[in-house]
Amino acid sequence: MDFLNAFVALSNFVLVPAIAYGSQLALGALGVTLIYGILRFSNFAHGDTMAFGAMIAVLATWWLQSIGVGLGPLPTALLALPIAILGCMLLVLITDRLVYRFYREQKAKPVILVIVSMGVMFITNGLVRFVIGPDDQNFADGERFLISARDFKEMTGLEEGLAIKTTQGITVVVAVIAVALLFWFLNKTRTGKSMRAYSDNEDLALLSGINPERVVMYTWLIVAALATTAGVLYGLDKSFKPFVYFQLLLPIFASAIVGGLGNPLGAIAGGFIIAFSEVTITYAWKKVLTYLAPETLEPSGLVQLLSTDYKFAVSFVILLIVLLFKPTGLFKGKAV
Amino acid sequence: MKKLLTATAATALMAGAAMAEDVKIGVILGFTGPIESLTPSMADGAELAMKEVTDSGLLLDGATVTSVRADSTCVDAGAATAAAERLVTSDKVDGIMGADCSGVTGAILSNVAVPNGVVMISPSATSPALSDAEDNGLFFRTAPSDARQGEIMTQVLLEEGIKSVALTYTNNDYGKGLADSFQQAFEAAGGEVTISAAHEDGKADYSAEVGALAAAGGDRLVVAGYVDQGGSGIVRAAIDSGAFDTFHFPDGMIGSKLEENFGDEIDGSTGQHPGTDSPGVAKYEEIVAGAFDATSPFTPESYDAAALIMLAMQAAGSKNPADYKEKVMEVANEPGEKIYPGELAKALQILKDGGDVDYVGATAVELIGPGESAGNYRQIVIDGGKITTAKYR
Repeated sequence: MDFLNAFVALSNFVLVPAIAYGSQLALGALGVTLIYGILRFSNFAHGDTMAFGAMIAVLATWWLQSIGVGLGPLPTALLALPIAILGCMLLVLITDRLVYRFYREQKAKPVILVIVSMGVMFITNGLVRFVIGPDDQNFADGERFLISARDFKEMTGLEEGLAIKTTQGITVVVAVIAVALLFWFLNKTRTGKSMRAYSDNEDLALLSGINPERVVMYTWLIVAALATTAGVLYGLDKSFKPFVYFQLLLPIFASAIVGGLGNPLGAIAGGFIIAFSEVTITYAWKKVLTYLAPETLEPSGLVQLLSTDYKFAVSFVILLIVLLFKPTGLFKGKAV
Repeated sequence: MKKLLTATAATALMAGAAMAEDVKIGVILGFTGPIESLTPSMADGAELAMKEVTDSGLLLDGATVTSVRADSTCVDAGAATAAAERLVTSDKVDGIMGADCSGVTGAILSNVAVPNGVVMISPSATSPALSDAEDNGLFFRTAPSDARQGEIMTQVLLEEGIKSVALTYTNNDYGKGLADSFQQAFEAAGGEVTISAAHEDGKADYSAEVGALAAAGGDRLVVAGYVDQGGSGIVRAAIDSGAFDTFHFPDGMIGSKLEENFGDEIDGSTGQHPGTDSPGVAKYEEIVAGAFDATSPFTPESYDAAALIMLAMQAAGSKNPADYKEKVMEVANEPGEKIYPGELAKALQILKDGGDVDYVGATAVELIGPGESAGNYRQIVIDGGKITTAKYR
């Protein structure tokens, strides 16, 4: 019984939140990694691209709610997602046409593109705040819980409750679908294959007749879809606030780099590694250990390695360790 | 610039022409800076009391009271000190109504008020540190110290039978000060604080913070935060994960947003915020009569602060701070006839005839300890998704 209680407490505060957070990070990191692999620069505007996509989803959700369209127990935001993806695609294509293409034609060095992407980041950031404001926006609706802590306790008779939010369930399901689609696209379709070829060896790809502008366009479209999905899921599960997406940039980059920049599989693994480290290192283990340890060994302190204030420091430290010992990342990406 | 010059010249002329029995009170508030939206009403409140006294013609045999405004900036101790120095040495004020923010109030007190021996009554400085400041009996405040709320909180929780709580606070001076004073009071009264953890405002997700709070456990979660900031995020995450069912909310958490965000999910939770059921509030609003916003924070406290200075002068029969500083506590507390806003003339007459007054004013003033307001709190309980008054204390 104690073992079950410990497991439930652990699931409630560590496993479930970390899996949901990891999926959101993985989707974000996939976008960063694709840009790095194919366009060959670190896109600092990614966090704010997510915010822009999520913002359109919020606006579309409000509109759908106002005309009375909904999905019943599921959040209306899922219906708004395709609209948001289209809007975000438009944004990235416009920025590519106006900004990045110029530098691509000049064969600018990656470091210049990084700085350029920072400029795009600030503009997008301002745009989002201009449209929706800097405050929290709530756009989640539908059933809040798949299972609430109170119901779980009644059902099982355990002392500990387990709550799974609908948004957490949706996050995982949508993330799995998105990743499956992405891998199918990259591995099975002609365009996907040409993207991989372009990523592996640009010159060889050009010689074999691949149109680079087409590859770039498809990359942006996929990245916009991934970024919007990640942004909407994060906003649904937590809350939508423009500044938060800017802060997310650090864990997202950490995920992509830990997994190996340019390697999609690595981005997913990196997302979960970062999420689980952040949550487990800042979790106070007292409750779980009290259930597991014999009475004489019960901890009197909180058994918390780091205060939750230092959550972001965890991604920093992992990033540093990986860069020191395995600069290409765990899954053999490109060296940074 | 021209206007300013004329104004300065006019003030100087007036200062020159002032007769000996005229009383001048400095009003030093942050007319620029972070609370500049509050200070105009506060100054109006103080000047309303001065006008009332002047109109009565009873203070010290018909003295007129004039107000001299100065800018404390709320945050810049140097500028505030210079402004106060000017009030005392060049305008020669007989007392200071102010300052507003705790930091500049402490600076003015130690640099200007104490060296020059001027009485200072602050309407809004709440830092517990000012309670033990070296003041030679010159400093008073009509706002309660934050330490007081910690004690009130302890009383409320113990009466509810809560012996063990988890505590989280917003990571700034307000949150930290309140959390520390609460923890001290609660532990002194035999309660247990299982964890005292800070939270940052403006984050999207508080599940990690709540995880730590839940691991520490406790019968109730005390959230010393802001309702439109991280405080609500903590409560949301705690309810969602089933970590805590009931909460205790200090003043920063109590607002209509609380009902809006959580409704009956937090039924049974308790809290307290400054408030009084004294008839003084209504009377104050009556005499203000829409001239300015009477419900703006610390406006009634400002009226009371100015009134106390003048009543103390009348009781001492002198406008010399060294004489009337002893009388401030006397006029503010029992025994005596209760005085509400708009009755300053009556109070002046009683004091003139050698009687006693107990100034209640707009905020039910009761000065305790080192001359600070005991503070009146409204204890609330969430019932059926609504904030309801349990009682006043």
